[in-house]
Amino acid sequence: MKNDKRKDQINRMTKNLAIWTLLWVVSLALATFGPKFIWRENTTWSIIAIIINLAIGIGMIWANIKHLSVLDELQKKIQMDAMGIALGVGIVGGLSYSVMDTANVIAGNAEIGFLVMLISISYLIALFVGKKHYA
Amino acid sequence: MKNKLKVLRAEKDMTQADLADSLGVSRQTINAIEKGKFDPSLPLAFKISKLFKLRIEEIFNDPEDE
Repeated sequence: MKNDKRKDQINRMTKNLAIWTLLWVVSLALATFGPKFIWRENTTWSIIAIIINLAIGIGMIWANIKHLSVLDELQKKIQMDAMGIALGVGIVGGLSYSVMDTANVIAGNAEIGFLVMLISISYLIALFVGKKHYA
Repeated sequence: MKNKLKVLRAEKDMTQADLADSLGVSRQTINAIEKGKFDPSLPLAFKISKLFKLRIEEIFNDPEDE
């Protein structure tokens, strides 16, 4: 069965992407909290952690490209639409959030973590809506 | 875009999964094409026309004519 082979390939690529994403999150946490809790502000260790995080990040992007390459045309369209919406929401929402900070509308500084959350949540919602629409 | 895919598939006594398997796409893609929610690419349309031994315009309606 050709489709069983295709499904196996998609599952394998999805698992691969999940592993890279998990590694990236762990390396990001290490680079973020390591200086404070593990190596006591040692710059050399911080640089090493950042380089590792960057390298794993590149691996994660590559895994995402490989994952997209095994999808069929409708699955690709759903993914691309979701990515486009997430990018748009990220730019519009992120810049509005930045203006709120500079105009002192919000208390404290604008944190990049909120932008990442906004992009991630909008991507997941768009993906869910896309899958429902073409079901 | 309207099409005769569902009818042609039924004539060949194929399930959506069988057709998806023959064309190398997901069942969801076949379902979306049959419902007119998704228009296939030209390469996929050619694959469909070869499978049913019909011209593309015999399977898919030209939106200009609707």
